[in-house]
Amino acid sequence: MTHLLELRDLYVEFHTRDGVARVLNGVRYHVDAGETLAVLGESGSGKSVTAQAIMGILDIPPAKIRAGEILYQGRDLLKLSESERRAIRGAEIAMVFQDSLSALNPVFPVGWQIAEAIRLRQGASRSDATRRAIELMDRVKIPAAKSRIKDYPHQFSGGMRQRVMIAMALALGPKLLIADEPTTALDVTVQAQIMDLLAELQRELGMALILITHDLGVVATVADRIAVMYAGRIVEHADVHSLYAKPAHPYTRALINSIPRQNRRGQQLLTIEGLPPNLTRIPRGCPFHPRCPYSVAICLTDLPPLRDLGAGRTSACHLTPEQLDARD
Amino acid sequence: MPATESGAPGGAPLLRVEGLVKHFTTTSGVLLKTPTGSVKAVDGVSFDLHRGETLGIVGESGCGKSTLAKLLLRLETPTAGRALLGGRDIFEMNGEELRALRRNFQMIMQDPYTSLNPRMTVGDIIGEPFEIHPEVMPKAGRRARVRELLDRVGLNPEHISRYPHQFSGGQRQRIGIARALALNPQIIVCDEPVSALDVSIQAQVVNLLEELQRELGLSYIFIAHDLSVVRHISDRVAVMYLGKFVEIGTEEQIYDHATHPYTQALLSAAPLPDPALRGQRQIIRLDGDVPSPANPPSGCRFRTRCWKAQARCETDEPALLSRAGAAPHPSACHFAEELPTTG
Repeated sequence: MTHLLELRDLYVEFHTRDGVARVLNGVRYHVDAGETLAVLGESGSGKSVTAQAIMGILDIPPAKIRAGEILYQGRDLLKLSESERRAIRGAEIAMVFQDSLSALNPVFPVGWQIAEAIRLRQGASRSDATRRAIELMDRVKIPAAKSRIKDYPHQFSGGMRQRVMIAMALALGPKLLIADEPTTALDVTVQAQIMDLLAELQRELGMALILITHDLGVVATVADRIAVMYAGRIVEHADVHSLYAKPAHPYTRALINSIPRQNRRGQQLLTIEGLPPNLTRIPRGCPFHPRCPYSVAICLTDLPPLRDLGAGRTSACHLTPEQLDARD
Repeated sequence: MPATESGAPGGAPLLRVEGLVKHFTTTSGVLLKTPTGSVKAVDGVSFDLHRGETLGIVGESGCGKSTLAKLLLRLETPTAGRALLGGRDIFEMNGEELRALRRNFQMIMQDPYTSLNPRMTVGDIIGEPFEIHPEVMPKAGRRARVRELLDRVGLNPEHISRYPHQFSGGQRQRIGIARALALNPQIIVCDEPVSALDVSIQAQVVNLLEELQRELGLSYIFIAHDLSVVRHISDRVAVMYLGKFVEIGTEEQIYDHATHPYTQALLSAAPLPDPALRGQRQIIRLDGDVPSPANPPSGCRFRTRCWKAQARCETDEPALLSRAGAAPHPSACHFAEELPTTG
């Protein structure tokens, strides 16, 4: 079956003064129409770089795509010309960024920015484009859209700006929306509004959604499937319910255990010792082994492959979940 | 120990804050700045803080929690109100007394990247408080004390000559904590101390803060927007909205028996890391954004977003009073009531 989007063993490195940073080391995941895939990881895990590679907005150089395929409806995006990629960017795959204040142009009204793609890409007239921009702003529930279309980004609150970003992303009716930490900069009550909106739009439009986040709470509320990233690799892949109920990879286990919970008040939080690896010097063997409480001899030498655990689950650990349980 | 209604332990508090107000005047015009109004950042906040206690303060951006922190550290002058430390109002202190106060009150900041001077070594950063307060530690002993502090916060004392950029975010936050500990303070104000850190590192820093509190008997004012972290670390929690506390109580009173609609909405909106609860939790959706503190709504400030609001809320401002219920604690709502289905 052809997936809407499928990444196959994507390798990206950055050439820096400190050496070559191996940021993506064989990322593979896929997403289908109407589905929400959450890509979970800490800073430096490569989750945003993966999104930039899909969108074709990586800075090359310093970045370099060393190997891999990005298949969109079966076509490898990396083999397309820049003009062919342009036709896909925005119209087929769109993106919502984290920081709406720096992602929007401060010197143009929001209506103009939303309508820009419609004018340029669909050749709509100015008045048509404006009308469509108002519709889109209504769609993302910006109150009094008609009267706010000439307002500038700084006149909107953070939550409203994020709605403007979503309206822009939806302008050309994409089939895949990539949201990179869309609610991280927002307050809890506003975050809930934005996540609701995304879920609703996704349902109505049948879009696929890739949600990039570090927030285990947000993931649990909206995702269908989860890909957990560590040091540029997917270390675990599972549906949301089984991942939280029974995380397979030691890193996922540690992440889920480090969340403060009510029943652990007065006790120490469980932590992951040490730090994520420096990507210019990723440890040999399993990149997680220096921080892993379960590590054994083979972890120091061999990179664990993604092991199939059945029921669509995979985990990149030399030990099976049963072996890990036995050592708890 | 007799407990008061707000859940605070009995006995004299270490710090008593009474009716603290901070209004910032807004102006227009370039040369002739004419006052056009005021932003009511903090508008009548009172609380007690006891020795060894952590008071969590939660609220959304713009609610005034950081201004409150700055007032307590005497980085801002209040428009009105008092804060009594050992019976003396900290806002009336000056000279030697103020210097002693500054030793006693320290702060841990949110951003470990911008709060450390990139041109100073870690040893100089942590040792700088001794330059300002030389009476705490004579010059000869400073280097040794800095090493001790580094060790205390879980950093390698050998790294005393390194620069901030050579450390990760979590380690930098430890440097900030060591600097705050240097003068042996009684009270540390932590303004979003873990929100810039990754999940796995957050837990390390929270554990460190708790450990230090146990060993040194510190009191924390812990400001954060992450409700689960605040719950974990706090003994009592205050919920702030547009410059006022709307509810205050023990961690259990606030999280399990909230009676103010805003607290209830805040708690219900926080995403829980458990997909099994999806669709089973009653989620209260608030419409719109927080109104501007320059022009807060009349009466109850939350009424514009509140589903319980009635005519009375527009005219009568509800006092922060303890009202009847299973777990009575102060709540500023005319219709304070626990949600029918909690849990």
